[in-house]
Formats: sequence, C-alpha cells, structure tokens
Amino acid sequence: MSDNIRIVRDATCTFCGCVCDDMHLTVDTAANKITKAENACVLGRAWFKEHAVEKRPFALIGGREASTEEAIEEAAQILVQARFPVIYGLSDTTCEAQRQAVAIGDMIGGTVDTTTSVCHGPSGIAFQSVGESTATLGEIRNRADLLVFWGGNPAESHPRLFTRYTVTAKGMYVPNGRKDRYVALVDVRRTPSAAVADLFMQVKPQRDFEVLWALRALVKGKRVDPAIEQTTGVSLAVLEDLAGRMKRCRYGVLLFGMGLTMTRGRHFNSAALLALATDLNEYTHFVAKPVRGHGNVTGADNVVSWQTGFPFGVNLSRGYPRFNPGEFTTVDLLARGEADAALIIAADPGANFPQRSIEHLRAIPVIVLDPKASHTSRHARVAITTATYGISVAGTVYRMDDVSVRLRTALPSPYPSDEDVLTRIKARLSELIGGNRIPPALAA
Amino acid sequence: MLRIANGRVYDPANAVDGEVRDVCIAAGKIVSDVPAEARRIDARGLVVMPGGVDIHCHIAGPKVNLARKLQPEDHRRDVHPRTAFTRSGVGGTVPSTFTTGYRYALLGYTTAMEAAVPPIGARHTLEELHDTPVIDKGFYVLMGNNVLLYKLLEKGRREEFRNTLAWWLSVSMAYAPKLVNPGSDEAWKGHRNANIVNLDEKIESFELTPRQVIGALVEAADELGLPHPAHIHCNNLGHSGNYATTLDTMRIAAGHRAHITHIQFHSYGEPRGKSTHNPTSKAGEISEYVNTHPNISADVGQVMFGQSTSMTADAPLAYMIARLGGTKWVNADTEHESGCGIAPFTYQDRVYTHALQWAIGLELFLLAKDPWRMVFSTDHPNGGSFMSYPRLIRLLMDREFRKEEMRKVNPKALAQTALADGLDREYSLGEIAIITRAGPARLLGLAAKGHLAPGADADVTIYEEHADKERMFGAPRHVIKDGELIIEDHEFKADWEGRVLHIAPDYDPKIVDVIRPFFEDYYTIQFNNYGVDDSYLGRHEVIATAAQRAAATKARAQ
Repeated sequence: MSDNIRIVRDATCTFCGCVCDDMHLTVDTAANKITKAENACVLGRAWFKEHAVEKRPFALIGGREASTEEAIEEAAQILVQARFPVIYGLSDTTCEAQRQAVAIGDMIGGTVDTTTSVCHGPSGIAFQSVGESTATLGEIRNRADLLVFWGGNPAESHPRLFTRYTVTAKGMYVPNGRKDRYVALVDVRRTPSAAVADLFMQVKPQRDFEVLWALRALVKGKRVDPAIEQTTGVSLAVLEDLAGRMKRCRYGVLLFGMGLTMTRGRHFNSAALLALATDLNEYTHFVAKPVRGHGNVTGADNVVSWQTGFPFGVNLSRGYPRFNPGEFTTVDLLARGEADAALIIAADPGANFPQRSIEHLRAIPVIVLDPKASHTSRHARVAITTATYGISVAGTVYRMDDVSVRLRTALPSPYPSDEDVLTRIKARLSELIGGNRIPPALAA
Repeated sequence: MLRIANGRVYDPANAVDGEVRDVCIAAGKIVSDVPAEARRIDARGLVVMPGGVDIHCHIAGPKVNLARKLQPEDHRRDVHPRTAFTRSGVGGTVPSTFTTGYRYALLGYTTAMEAAVPPIGARHTLEELHDTPVIDKGFYVLMGNNVLLYKLLEKGRREEFRNTLAWWLSVSMAYAPKLVNPGSDEAWKGHRNANIVNLDEKIESFELTPRQVIGALVEAADELGLPHPAHIHCNNLGHSGNYATTLDTMRIAAGHRAHITHIQFHSYGEPRGKSTHNPTSKAGEISEYVNTHPNISADVGQVMFGQSTSMTADAPLAYMIARLGGTKWVNADTEHESGCGIAPFTYQDRVYTHALQWAIGLELFLLAKDPWRMVFSTDHPNGGSFMSYPRLIRLLMDREFRKEEMRKVNPKALAQTALADGLDREYSLGEIAIITRAGPARLLGLAAKGHLAPGADADVTIYEEHADKERMFGAPRHVIKDGELIIEDHEFKADWEGRVLHIAPDYDPKIVDVIRPFFEDYYTIQFNNYGVDDSYLGRHEVIATAAQRAAATKARAQ
C-alpha cells in the first residue's frame, strides 16, 4: 500500500437516516479524496467518493469575501438586533452543533425549528397524541417476520434499509432472511421498491387514512363495507388478508415515510398507523418506525426535546420554551412575514420551502452555515463555509431508531465545524447581551 | 474557602446529630479548618446537611426523552424560565435536562442516579447528563435481559459471563448493573406479548430461568467488588401476591449483597375476603425480611397522589398500565438488551389500589429498623415526581399531617395496612439525613458523599428550620456544590457542571473474542463503534472496585 493511502474502518455514512456505521473508506491523502467506500450503497458511494473539499471563501458577507471571524461578528450583530429570529435546519449536522444552536435560541429568545417540521413533523404530533410501539433496527432485523412499508420508496431513498436492517437481512429468529419474512408495500404508485414485496397494495392518492382505518376495524373484527374498494382502490379481500397476516405474525413492523405524513391527513395518517400498530399488540408483538431522511434529523429531535421538552417548532421569546406547530414552525413564520432574521444551519429552505416563505427569507437578514453553496446561501447576508460532518467533522449522530453513533473523520478540512462557529457566535452574543437575554416581563 | 459557622449539623455517617458546629470547605472538599479570612456563612439557627443523594430516578436517556417528547401537556403549565446565566426549560413529571438539574439543586440534592439505561443508549444518556447541570450523576445499565449474557450463562460459562458483565459496565461508563423483570423480554418481544410470572419458569428461547439469571448477576456483581451491587427491579411488579416473588428474589441473593429497588411496588398480597381483585399489604413480611438480612438494601419507591409518568424497562408492565388507564402508550424494543414502556398515569387518593400503594410505602418507611438500608425514593417519575420529596419528608416527620392525609384516602385500603393500627413513628431530622443522603451514599459506595468529615465532597445544603417540614425541605436557603455557593438565599448565583460518576471494572481483554462475534452476527452497530469514548464524559470520576481500591492502597504503601 502506498504512503498516501489511508484506510478508515467502521466509518459512518450520514447521507440518510439509516446512518450505516460499517463503511470502510479508502482515502487518498495526496489527492484529498475518498477513492473507495466499501459496504456503501449507491447513495453512500456518491456521498463519499464525490466529496471534494472545494476551494470556497471561508465566508461571504453581502456577497463579499470575508474571514470566518468577520462573519461571526456580523452574524452576532444580526442576531442581537433581531426581535423575532428563527434558527432552522440542523438535520445534517452533529448533535454537538445542535446543542449550541438551541443554546443560542435560548440566549436570544428566538425560535428553534428543524427540518422535522417539513418531513416527519406530523409523526411527532401523532406520537404526542397516541404514543408509539417501536424498536431499534436490530430488533427488526433479528425478529421481524412481517414487514409493511407504507408511503416510501426505500429501494431508492434508503437502499440499505432493505439489505442491512429489514427485508433481506438475516437475523437471530429469521435465519433465512427474506424467506422468513412476509413483505408488503403500500403506496400510491408502483416504485422500484415494489419488486421486493410479496404484496404491493396500490392506494388511491390521499386515501391512506381510509385504508389504515379499515385495517384497524378488520383487526378488531369489525365489519367493513366492501365499498371501501371504490374509495381507496383496494379490495376488501386484500385488506382482510393483510389484516389476518398482521394478527398472525410473531413480530410485525410498519415502516412509514413521507408519502404518508405529507399527504392529505398528515398527522391523522401517522396517528392512524401508530394506532394500528398499537392495536395489533392485543394479538401479537407489533412495532412501527418512521423512516427518517436526513442523517441526523433524529438527533435534532432528541437534542431539541431534551433541552426544551419539545421536538421542533419551539419558541423561546418569553424566556421559556413554548411549542406550537403552525405558529412556531419555520415555513409558517416566514409565510406570515414574522421572522426578522434567520440562522440556517445545514439546510436549504431557499430550495424547498413554499414560494411565500422563500420571498420573506429573501427580505430579511439571513445567516447560513453550510459546507456548500445553496439556494439559501446565495441570498444570505452572511454565508459561512463549514466542514462536512461525517467526512471532516467528528461528533454524534442518531439513526432513525434513536441509536447514536460517533462519527469518524476521513478527510481534513480547512473550514471550521458548525459546532465551532456556533460556539463562537454564542460567545459573542453573550458578550453583547451580557449573558442570556431576559424578556422584560420576567425581568420586572 | 468557606466556613459555614454555627449551624445545627446533621451528619449521621459521623454520628453528628444536630450539634452546633462549623463546617469548613477548601478546594471543593470538606476540611477540618480554614483560616480566619475565609468567607463565612452565618448558619446560626439553620440546619446543615450533606447534599441529597437520589439512589433511583429516571432523568436522562432514551426512554426519558421519549416520555418527554410524548407529553407536551406535561410541560406547558410548568415552565422554567432562563436567567442571565442559567438555561430555560420545562417541568412537569418529565422535565427537560437543564430544569432537572436546577430543580434537584433547588431541593438541596447534589447527586442523582438514572436507574435504567440499555447499554446501547449509554452515549445518549451521557449527552443528556452533560446537559443536566449542578448535580453529580451516573446511570445503571440494564443487564438482566441481555441476550449474550443469557447465551453464556445457559452454557455454564460463568467466568466469561463475569468478564462480559465487567466489559459492558466498563464500555458503557455505567455506575451499576440493573436487572429489570429478568427473563421477560423474550416473552414480550418474541411470543405474543407474554410476561414471566414465576422465577422457575423457562425463559423463552433459552434453557434458563429468571432464578438462574438473578443468582448469576448478583454473584458476579459481588465478585467484581462493585461499589453498588446488583440493583434489582423484581419480577411481577404491581401484581397482587408479588411479595412472594420479592421474598424469593431476596433469598436467591443470600450470601451476597443486593439492592431491591422501589420495593413498595413489590410488596402486595393476594386479595382477601370478599374482594376478588383488591390486593392487600405485605409490607410487614417484606420489612421483616429486610430488617433481618443485612446483605439486602432497598429503596421504597413511594407513590404520591397526582400526576406521574410510568417509564420502565419492564415493557409488559407499561402495557398493563396503559390499558388500565386507557392512555397513550410507548413501547420501545432495544436489540438484545432491553424492552421499554411508557404511559402517563395519575394516582388518586380515593382509588383503592392507589391508596394501598401509598400506604404500603409509608408502612415500609415506618417499619424499617435500619434506615441505612431502607432509603428514600419515589422512583421518579413512576411513583411521583422528585418535586414531591419535601411532601414525603413531611409525611414521615409529622404524625398529625400524616393522619390528616390518611383521612383523605380510600378507607378500605387503609384498613388493610399497619397505618390503621396506629403506626405513629416520626422520623427525626437525623433519620431523614440518613434516608435521603448518608444511606444512599453508603449503599452506592460513594465514600466522599453523604457526609461532612474532612475529605468528603463539599456538597452541602443549608435549610431554614420550619415546623412545616414540606416548607423546610422544599426550599433550602443555601446549596453548595463542590465548595461553590450555587444557591444563596434561595437564588441561583452560578451555573455549575457536576461530575459523571462511573465505574471501570477490570476484565480479561480476551473476552472481546467472545463478544465481538456476537456483535458481528446480531447487532446493527459495529463493535468498534459501540463502546463510549471519553469525549462523552466531561467532568467525571471513576469510583474504584474493591480490587482496584486494594491495589491502590498497596501501591501507596510501597
């Protein structure tokens, strides 16, 4: 092996919520490239091999090149002057950075919100209303003999969800892998994921709730009108068969995606699915698992929850945390024109928010921390280049099942980490404010 | 340097019972004297005790955070605003991390032990504990349903079993091994949500019984010389007639140390008389056994009326509780290590069973002959929040208050217990100091905590004496942590990072050859990524095992 080749074993891929930690990376230290990512899926290979530490300015202030230091000063000045700032993103950075971001929110009395509010936020709300029977991915791999995927296309979005954790993985009580499991896929269209399933159940768009409710009824032995087929596109016989299989299995799992949470019904859909899994525990052991997208969106949920008591959409302007999705979620704050400054960390709302929200984002001072240029950074007042987590930055990330993993680094980066930049912004804010800002109502 | 002058000092570990004297502090420790120019706190008329030590609570980690996320309604009416230098948060039965630390400190507690963490959740727990300010903290790691340990035990590989246990305690940075409803996870996860009811029942998928698992873990923990022994949540929690299982579990531990936790929940007799479902009290029998067996210690797990959150590694129990109350329910299976269940719950004084549970807890306190071995807990937040500790202290110290409260509860339940027979003991301040600090510290093997002799950690609480003990213990005037005056005249003067307390028992490094293949076959996290590294510890202290203490003494002697 030549001198400029380094192997990093058991590195972690943060591309999606699977957070597979069995990557063996080959690093060409001379070229500063990852040349091989053993065990990675097609998405992970691209994530590692196409990563280049670009020659970007350390920071831009109003489009002009600046040092990180200058940008931190400008960011602090914007945040200290803002009356209703929002801190948003956080799903593609370490928990260490997330902790600093929430600390800043608490210090200045801002709103802290994460990309959860635009993906599985409805599942978070459903969780608060009905609870959830769930499991780590290892339990699913070792025990599940029935898998139902709902509203997602893991073959393309989370390829190793099938191979490492669920469909084809072999486990303690399912030693033959795929042969020991019954697999169903429910979606509004046939995707490449359907190929792995024993049953593909195509539901009419926006009719997931009705199908879930019919399954709940059938599981409980209630009569369902055969007209359900006209409403949902699924025949009663198919539903009865699936309900029967769910009741008879030893360890069943419902894995669900944004096809369920971001369609008509939203948190009602998630709640119906979670309630179905709970109901099934009358008959067998059954769990449910939201399939999360970003590499550390689950960490963001955890950090924001343990620091504030609520998972996302948390406002701290009164001096303590308040939770109200729709009021304190970023899309809504922006669309109503309420936020007067934004600190965006590792997210690109400028690319994927509704137009009205983006328009307001362009009208207020925005600070962006991102390893790459984005739609959001292009219009930002301050854009700070940071190093990429899981490649150049160590730290903690949470898999979609709340299991945490410590990242290893493969390539050096000249840029600071999100955590470092946020810690320095916080320190400067503390100087400017004199500790945490106390709202007048509390100071009195 | 600090001199707490002329306070009435309660330091039962050093046989000081309310004498007026000075307590001196330098460099974070209690010392015998400080120079005259040292800062002076005038404690005339005040009561001085070591900081409180909570031996069993649920304050950090995966299940706690799920319970926190589950209940926005628990938080919104009980907010905890920030100050210029302390963080904001929310309370309720499952407070946010910062609020947990500050509120423990506000009650004069300076150490608390999170009681149930699956080892795979150790990193997460340490992250939360890092954000739990002021207090020192540690956690117990769940070992009673561990699949690899079961596999070693069923083949009689006791030496490897012990080494594997030591490895797990070490790499998870835990403080003690915890057993919860041993044997039940396999029945719960693998066989139609069943539970284990008998200690001699075969554990699903293994040639093993809970009796063998309990025996082996109690013995191995003792052989390792751990500062705190196996910490046991017995089988059949909450079920009528479970006292027999509890007695049986304690008998298994004969010849070894063992700690039975929240023993109140395990002291129920079968229904009697016409009733077919109302359990009875067996506090007398349980108390008698603990009183006469010095190898056993326990914490009570008192039930306090009002809102609670059941959160437990005992998944079948949480399912039962959620179905009783018709509440929302969380279940979380953790690969090869644990189950978990969560359900909000309200204890009501007029409900027979709840009143009985409340009374049994009080019986256990009042019948205990050795307060050093029957210590204070509500199994926060299972029996009630730690915020109810001052009220519980008043129930123990104030007979008249207790009688008033007894008049409010279900009389049929009360009639089943010794409380109805005029059990009128009142705890003294010295005894309260034992059950809330000196006793738990001793049971935990924390030589520098729970007392005020030179060399002890300078964790000190200074109370105003009030006839109303709830008021007295609800708001200490000053709280000193590591020698720093954190709370002065009831107000925070500084923020503080407490230490993580953990153990690092020695193990044969070759044991990794036994453990690694199991990980490769069955875990979804790589073996090399599993153990917790030092970056998660922050301020911390390793508490030595007996063998490590002996080696250190020998090294010093040479």
